[in-house]
Amino acid sequence: MPQPSSIIADGTITRQPPPFAYFRKVWAIVAKDIAAELRTKEMLSAMFVFSLLVIFIFNFAFDLRTDNANTLAPGVLWVAIAFAGMLGLGRSFITERDRGSLEGLLLAPVDRSAIYLGKFLGNVLFISVVEVVILPLFIVFFNQPLGIIVPLVGVVILGTIGFAGVGTLFSAMVIHTRARDVLLPIMLFPVVVPVLLAAVRLTAGILDKLPFEDVQNWLGLLVAFDLIFLAVSYMMFEYVVEE
Amino acid sequence: MAAGTMRSAKRDTWGLVLTVVSGIMMITGLYLAFVFAPPAVNLQTAVERFTQRIMYFHVGAAWVGFFAFFITFAAGIGYLWRRTFFWDNLANSSVEIGLTFMTMVLVTGSMWAKPTWNTWWTWSPRLTISAIGWLMYIGYLMLRSAIDNPPRRARFAAVYGIVAFMSVPINFMAIRWWRDIHPAVVASGANEGTGGFNMSPNMTTALMFCIAAFTVFYFTLLYHRMRLGQTEHEVETLRQEILYR
Repeated sequence: MPQPSSIIADGTITRQPPPFAYFRKVWAIVAKDIAAELRTKEMLSAMFVFSLLVIFIFNFAFDLRTDNANTLAPGVLWVAIAFAGMLGLGRSFITERDRGSLEGLLLAPVDRSAIYLGKFLGNVLFISVVEVVILPLFIVFFNQPLGIIVPLVGVVILGTIGFAGVGTLFSAMVIHTRARDVLLPIMLFPVVVPVLLAAVRLTAGILDKLPFEDVQNWLGLLVAFDLIFLAVSYMMFEYVVEE
Repeated sequence: MAAGTMRSAKRDTWGLVLTVVSGIMMITGLYLAFVFAPPAVNLQTAVERFTQRIMYFHVGAAWVGFFAFFITFAAGIGYLWRRTFFWDNLANSSVEIGLTFMTMVLVTGSMWAKPTWNTWWTWSPRLTISAIGWLMYIGYLMLRSAIDNPPRRARFAAVYGIVAFMSVPINFMAIRWWRDIHPAVVASGANEGTGGFNMSPNMTTALMFCIAAFTVFYFTLLYHRMRLGQTEHEVETLRQEILYR
């Protein structure tokens, strides 16, 4: 079984697959996406600038002040993340198709689910990178204490997992449609509402310094939907790319 | 192919029976809702007491709406398993009917809410999620219309129908976690003070009958819509046969 030797250094040909062989294949796809993105940086920079723009636009659209920041800030943060994430997810498979590398990817001697997991992890990684830059700016612009960044990062990553889990699946679907990137938000946003809703509630809980008991239902819901969406998308991906 | 053509060209006894039965049931449902069921005792104004009767159709339509989306979910699994046109036809027909009933739910709900809550719309969890569910299945139809290749359209629609249905259960969790202004009729919210209400036996009879009538009506519409879909499919197949002979 030929392995892409430039990515996996010790891609030895063995009859018995080495341990973690599946995850090495997943990692090969993530590494490919990272390498491609690092060469152009077009997606990351677009996502970052776009999420900044969302925060700025909301700032003057809502006339945000310190007294109302806590009620509006969670929504602003998640609209910024969701819209920026949408940009990234939309590119995820469209670039593969436009560069003609989709067939190559699908012909790779790996399980189809490894392609899904690789793409999913790549998307989570890219969105997380944007979030890591956005979160300190969010704290600065909305005058929040620095200490909230630790629980906030946790919530943001959990929210991103659910969002990207379904998003990666739908991204692979829309490349075969006529409307392509127009269709993705229409399909994705209603479906990931539970994830976004729980994430917004948790973010609001952190900003309002609510005790954990008040928000643990939402945390449970967020984790449950992450798992449900990931599992279902993982199973469904095979049917999306089967031709 | 020929057998299929013969089948849909035959006289449609089942369709006639279903149509007549659901017609009788709908008229009986109207009688039960407007005459048989007593007016609500704890409502202040005559307008409120009268609009309360919309509940019999609102609950029936909501049940059919969610049931239709469940059928689409199940038909999606059926399609991915068997890969026959029947399952795709079932999923597509059920979404169209479900959307119609969900529209009815949103409209009747607004008509009831204006005199009762003094607003057409409020961003209560149930309302928000019903509206989002409505948008979700608009997305389903948009996805279908954006794909030309029929097997791929059926496959993607099945996948979307399955994934989309995953977020429906939140509708039933939501009412317990939020303080919701929407009354819980079925989930016995009356005792927990969550805006539910107790119904007299005659009201319960009328409600149950209306739910049954709407269910029969759903299957009637489904039957006719699937028959139409089957005919479309056969015409398309014949055209392909002629074009590529």
